[in-house]
Amino acid sequence: MSARDDILARIRANQPAAVPMPEVPAFDPPAGSDLLDQFKAGVARMGGKVVEATGPLDRIVRKLHPGAKRVCSATVEGGGPPLEAGIAPSSLHDVDVGIVRARFGVAETGSVWLTEADFGVSALGFLSQHLVVLLDPSAIVANMHHAYRLRGAFDAGYGVFMTGPSATADIEGVLIHGAQGIRSLVVVLRAP
Amino acid sequence: MTKRIDHSEAASKFIAAKDHVEFHDRRLWDLRGKRDRESGALPEWESLRTLASQVKEHTLTHLAAYLEEFEANATANGAIVHWARDAAEHNQVVHGILAARGARVLVKSKSMLTDECGMRPFLEARGIEVMETDLGERIQQLDGEPPSHIVVPAVHKLRGDVARVFSSTIGTDAGNSDVHYLAESQRAHTRPYFLRADAGMTGANFAIAETGAVVVCTNEGNADLSVHLPPLYIASVGIEKVIPKVEHLGIFVRMLSRSALGSPITQLTSHFRRPRPGQEMHIVLVDNGRVERLGMADFWSSLKCIRCGACMNTCPVYRRSGGLSYGATYSGPIGVIIDPTFNLRKFSSLPFASTLNGSCTSVCPVRIDIHDQIYKWRQVIAARNQLPIVKQEAMRAAGKVLGSPRLYRAAARATATGLAQLPRALVYNPLNAWGRQREVPDAPAQTFREWYLENRKPRKKP
Repeated sequence: MSARDDILARIRANQPAAVPMPEVPAFDPPAGSDLLDQFKAGVARMGGKVVEATGPLDRIVRKLHPGAKRVCSATVEGGGPPLEAGIAPSSLHDVDVGIVRARFGVAETGSVWLTEADFGVSALGFLSQHLVVLLDPSAIVANMHHAYRLRGAFDAGYGVFMTGPSATADIEGVLIHGAQGIRSLVVVLRAP
Repeated sequence: MTKRIDHSEAASKFIAAKDHVEFHDRRLWDLRGKRDRESGALPEWESLRTLASQVKEHTLTHLAAYLEEFEANATANGAIVHWARDAAEHNQVVHGILAARGARVLVKSKSMLTDECGMRPFLEARGIEVMETDLGERIQQLDGEPPSHIVVPAVHKLRGDVARVFSSTIGTDAGNSDVHYLAESQRAHTRPYFLRADAGMTGANFAIAETGAVVVCTNEGNADLSVHLPPLYIASVGIEKVIPKVEHLGIFVRMLSRSALGSPITQLTSHFRRPRPGQEMHIVLVDNGRVERLGMADFWSSLKCIRCGACMNTCPVYRRSGGLSYGATYSGPIGVIIDPTFNLRKFSSLPFASTLNGSCTSVCPVRIDIHDQIYKWRQVIAARNQLPIVKQEAMRAAGKVLGSPRLYRAAARATATGLAQLPRALVYNPLNAWGRQREVPDAPAQTFREWYLENRKPRKKP
């Protein structure tokens, strides 16, 4: 018997009496909650930054990262032509700043939802030293229950809730931002 | 015959390093405190625990059907699904995938399952270089030790220990134990591996039946780097990780990092569903004793575990004995109840590494009755004659004395007299493990019964 059939047959023999599936509520926030304020607090708490800046994006990015040599944008809003999907991911090894646009944000945690389509090349979100994420301030949902009920969002081949920059506290609990992935994450609030 | 792990003997070595044990205790208790603040801030926390438990119980009681649904969807997504009955099969499957593609360098993120299977030495013996990329796991790999905690693998080490390990392995300055310097050195050392690895590997926090996606919750970015760069991606997934629907992630993602580290969410919650163009994605579904556990009436609910480590952080025994003293992949209260299913004799001392205070049960996000299961394991171990002789004799004597009011009263009086008059050497004899690190309290002048008879003599009914 194949390992698969053997495992499944033994599971069927061992499964305890059926327990019904519960209804999962969406835990709506109290009326009048300010989702944008919560989102900003969430991003800050997780080590990221939110800016509300108008004007040309390249000027904003220059101001945030004046020393950046290679800036790579996955969105046309970044100025030049967007990152070409299909290039070798390792070719992004020297990117200083990546620019992407997120689909939506989550107020509760300060997370942004990004997919392979948003990154162009998914490695951009991790090999870049710094990431600038554009987010429509009207595209913020209350909590993770609301987020996971957004139809279509989770059809992506790859998607990630990114909350602040990469971090570690593996040595004596000392918190370090910029573990293996991005060292900083700035959310720029602007409508597309 | 397998050697029995002597938890208290191993713990005594850990306790001997005073600054280590004090830091360990404080650090883990701090995580517990942060967990309390986070859970307390959510009015629905207790409802979430109930829902999490119900979803897991529902899934485990319909596990075969959900695994088939997951397999069908993952396959439709373009992933290749493998099944492994035990650790040996898992390692062979992984090696087979790597060998068939000539892969020599594997970058991987932290996975308790691959540790459980002893995968690293298996692959290394076959010429494959395996790079642990999580900082804590990497420290442990370089030091030749298993992880001591399922979430923070090197929590038992101080910065000086890490400086010592790194200086002799990745060439850092032996005199520099600055934490930022050490972490940055590991980042610089690891990055070229991501760029040139032939294959990447992750574990899984959740596997979604409805979509066939594997969900990985991390903070460092190393899991995503392990997946997005190499041409080959392998995910090892314990069969108990499957949950039915995407919307169920809402419950678990809200609870996992709050319970583990006291942060609202991990920095990254990654959903891997399809390989990128030109990439291969393999998913290995692993049993390794889980199916057997599913059939154990008293213990199957331990399969609900989402590996947050909250029970470890709160456990007074774990905090003061260190994860390595358990001699098992899983330590702390959750380890105590799942390790005996791997090898009853080897891990028969572990269910005694508990005070049965129940703190583990009260912090568990999926409501596993951990301390009840610890107690039940003690009964199984006693019934199967797996108790060490000293404990057997002590339990036999205690059973006799506690079973008879007359004997108990006599013993209580004798103990009070004895404690006052016996020489220290006799009270703190080598068989009295309790007295090794502690002073026996002074015996009260009067037993409760003596006091009761004097002060609360039963009144006659009017």
